[in-house]
Amino acid sequence: MTENIQLVVPAATRRAPRVLTYRAASVLSLLFPFTGIFALLASLKAGRLSKSGDLEAARESGERAREWCWYSLGYGLLAYFVVFMVLLFTAQNGALANVYFDDVIFNREAWDSLLKGFWINIQIFVVAEILVLIWALVVALLRLLPGKACAPIRFVAAAYTDLFRSIPAILVLYLIVYGLQKAQLPLLDSLDVQDFCVIALVLVYGAYVSEVYRAGIQSIHWSQFAAARSLGLSYGQSMRFVVVPQAVRRIIPPLLNDFIGLQKDTALVSAVGILEVLGRARFINNSQATFTGYTMAALLFIAITIPQARAAEWLIKRDQSRTRAG
Amino acid sequence: MAFLQMEGVHKYFGENHVLRGVDLVVERHQVVCLIGASGCGKSTLLRCINALEPISDGLIRIDGNRVSGTGVDLNDLRADVGIVFQSFNLFPHMTVLDNVILAPMKVLKRKKAAATSIGMDLLQRVGLAEKADEYPDRLSGGQQQRVAIVRALAMDPRVLLLDEITSALDPELVAEVLNIVRELAADGMTMMLATHEMGFAREVSSKVCFVHEGVIHEEGPPELIFGDPQRERTQAFLKRIVDAGRL
Repeated sequence: MTENIQLVVPAATRRAPRVLTYRAASVLSLLFPFTGIFALLASLKAGRLSKSGDLEAARESGERAREWCWYSLGYGLLAYFVVFMVLLFTAQNGALANVYFDDVIFNREAWDSLLKGFWINIQIFVVAEILVLIWALVVALLRLLPGKACAPIRFVAAAYTDLFRSIPAILVLYLIVYGLQKAQLPLLDSLDVQDFCVIALVLVYGAYVSEVYRAGIQSIHWSQFAAARSLGLSYGQSMRFVVVPQAVRRIIPPLLNDFIGLQKDTALVSAVGILEVLGRARFINNSQATFTGYTMAALLFIAITIPQARAAEWLIKRDQSRTRAG
Repeated sequence: MAFLQMEGVHKYFGENHVLRGVDLVVERHQVVCLIGASGCGKSTLLRCINALEPISDGLIRIDGNRVSGTGVDLNDLRADVGIVFQSFNLFPHMTVLDNVILAPMKVLKRKKAAATSIGMDLLQRVGLAEKADEYPDRLSGGQQQRVAIVRALAMDPRVLLLDEITSALDPELVAEVLNIVRELAADGMTMMLATHEMGFAREVSSKVCFVHEGVIHEEGPPELIFGDPQRERTQAFLKRIVDAGRL
């Protein structure tokens, strides 16, 4: 009878804690002493309790030791990384820090000059982003047109996407800016170099973003389209009022990804002679015998990117809290 | 002249011959129930009527006018033939009211105020007026399906197709949806239902069609089909339903 009862006791309550494993892990976690101490103490206690036969309390202590070990791993890695970076920047009397962050970083005139350049970057990417949003949607919709009759249109849209995704952005910039200028076509005459840069970036990023749109549109279940059509809405109306609005909500994260890419690639236009932020940073570096101009330009890009990421997250959260259950 | 007529309708999905010559007549104000095992072609039959699926052969007429094949304005046809789906298919990014008034505004070109007043009346009728500004995902399944029915009704359809509209609902939510169908039937709405709710089919329909292997195997008034089915397949199907305690 008693034997039978013992058989139904779950294995988990009979098992002794893996004292050795805990001890080994907590000794290792001493590499990060703050939480490692706690891990070691808990594992020692687990061993004691296990020996005295109080398995339940021993398992609890073991569990605590395990948790402290994970804390050691998480926080310890971060701590070591911070220490490593500090060492890197302070080595040789802070040689590296002096390169990246010398006095120029406090130079008001340098910042003014950079901001003047950065304003051009902002102009370029704001206009380009608006155009990309429209252009890429057009390309995606063309590529998704149904029916045999539209096969040539689908082909052209696909060919455009393939082409402009494969050519490096800097090459497209050269080809468009210098090529179109050289040709001196009547209508394009009135455009300046900055306009050509916008066109080049729209062509490159339009190709990327059209694929994002396409994936978004295709991710909307066909039953949504069927429901729209069944109400008498035309193909275009179904796309416009039902499918695309849902797709756009879904693609905000990858869209932001491509937009950040575009914003950074505005720095490429310094290669065709526009004095934007990178060009000015280079100028500062050369004229003041420093390297910190690049750091300052990088800080400007960081400063505009992080708020956008947070804003996109906020936007998505707001939409979800409105439309989703719970 | 019959209101809706299907003559020798065939439908292939690739190699798969789903409808194999469907002949069916629906009169005005009739409620026709399609019963039959899953995969027998009930849903496909309904989806062919409003051309969500183009038919491979045969003819469909409404009021004697051909509505299948080429040269038919599908948007006009669909504005006349409403359909409600098993999975509701409400538009999740729009409020309940916007779901209801979208098609009347865009297809029937109704003014927003007019569409809203009609839509609110219909929502009132199904007891969901206070949910007008809510988003669909925040409603229960039964409420969503009632909204879907209202969305179809807002187009003033001449016939309503109901494709297993209670199959995705929890049992306790089925009644609230069926009650609406009951009321519509009493109001004289012409309807075709694909359904597994045999008791309901028996109660509400003027004609029951047993669909088997892509044809209408047996049809007749509900007393006859449920009480004294003539053909062996129908008898076997209904016996399984009775054995499962569903009738």
